[in-house]
Amino acid sequence: MENNIQYSNIYAIALHHRFQWEEAQQSYVILFPEGMVKLHGGAGEILKRLDGKASVGDIVVELKAAFPDAEGIEADILGMFDLAVSKAWLRKVN
Amino acid sequence: MAQLNNGVAANVTQKQPLWLLAEVTYRCPLHCAFCYNPTDYDKHTKNELSTEQWINALRDARKMGAIQLGISGGEPLLRDDIEEIVAEAHKLGYYSNLITSGVGLTEKRIQAFKECGLDHIQLSMHDVTEDISNFITNTRTFELKKKVAAMIKAHGYPMVLNVVIHRFNIDQVGKILEMAEALGADYVELANTQYYGWSLVNRDQLMPTREQLNRAEAATNAFRERVGNKMKVFFVVPDYFSDRPKKCMNGWGEVFMIVTANGDVLPCHSARVLPGMEFPNVRENGLEWAWKESPAFTKYRGKDWMKEPCRSCDEQDNDLGGCRCQSYILSGDAEMADPVCTKSPNRHLIDEALLSSQNPLVREQPIIFRTDKNSKKYVEGDKERVEQFHALP
Repeated sequence: MENNIQYSNIYAIALHHRFQWEEAQQSYVILFPEGMVKLHGGAGEILKRLDGKASVGDIVVELKAAFPDAEGIEADILGMFDLAVSKAWLRKVN
Repeated sequence: MAQLNNGVAANVTQKQPLWLLAEVTYRCPLHCAFCYNPTDYDKHTKNELSTEQWINALRDARKMGAIQLGISGGEPLLRDDIEEIVAEAHKLGYYSNLITSGVGLTEKRIQAFKECGLDHIQLSMHDVTEDISNFITNTRTFELKKKVAAMIKAHGYPMVLNVVIHRFNIDQVGKILEMAEALGADYVELANTQYYGWSLVNRDQLMPTREQLNRAEAATNAFRERVGNKMKVFFVVPDYFSDRPKKCMNGWGEVFMIVTANGDVLPCHSARVLPGMEFPNVRENGLEWAWKESPAFTKYRGKDWMKEPCRSCDEQDNDLGGCRCQSYILSGDAEMADPVCTKSPNRHLIDEALLSSQNPLVREQPIIFRTDKNSKKYVEGDKERVEQFHALP
């Protein structure tokens, strides 16, 4: 982990970036100047829960409950936050 | 479609035109000597699509998956319905980008763009000095551009600067980046000139030396190291200085679709230079047919069109043979490997161009600016050098 993701951290989609569902691609995407990232299932599930209030810990709890059979989901979620912060798709709110 | 029995075709029709470029007008107040627009643009300036035709095109493309929208030209702000087009784009869910010289961007218009949901503005800048900036655009627009940059920032837009790089400004790259930083840029694209349209006509005058290019790249890397994540700098390498071709447009008919001022639908900016091609037009054809089935879009999609050396090349998936337009305009053969590739039998054309651009007699011929008058001469087939501007400011 490069970005020291803490359970108490709250993140939001970065300024000038937009997160939306794309019907034609059947996936969530992040849009920004000159670029687009297509998010595969799990990543979309995480980012759609960023409402400016939910902390990383809240999202971990919620996703564990929603996907009880997914093994190692916690590490995947933290890894996704780490990647998204490194790529500057997210900004820290608190 | 023509290749129904071939497994590849079934696969490639799944491609979506994610990027839609709307070249809404070819009229432009600037006269940049490096413009990639067709030299005969003058004949496309009279029959521009209406607002309603643009809105219908946006709707149809969105249904097919288009999501990034560039509104370009020419200078798009010469049309007074851009606000209306942007508002519709926003409603449809596009991430929209106005690509402008800044000329015509007033407080009133930028406020309207903000209200109707424009996502960002890409501004072209040309140099740190007023002399070079005004010279290469053949206008007095340097001070205006700086004011527009401040206006973009003040309205909370991401600041995206595009700087076309050529012999006249390449030694200033370090200073250009410092200027961008001072203007608060978030993204800077240092776009080394590629040679199509007007820039091809002026190739000998615009091409830098390899040493200049290396210095510019080093200056860019030093700047990146100092500034880090807060500003993204893209350095687009000019393909003449490479030994492998670019995967042009990320592949013909793979992700890009362009609708031009008069409604032609193109897989790339300069496709109309290719011989024997008939392009779809939104006045007569649906965009879905244009993308999936039109002969123009299927012709060079995938790899079936390839001949040797591309056909058996183990790098064919990396670059898809490079650029069809570049191959045609340099060699007369649209289906040959891009001359940039050292495996192409036409590589000597690139080497000769590099050499000729260093010949002091050739390089100091007059530059031909992108003006209506010069374009009319191209339309008439007069390829003579027509303007007596000298290449040095």
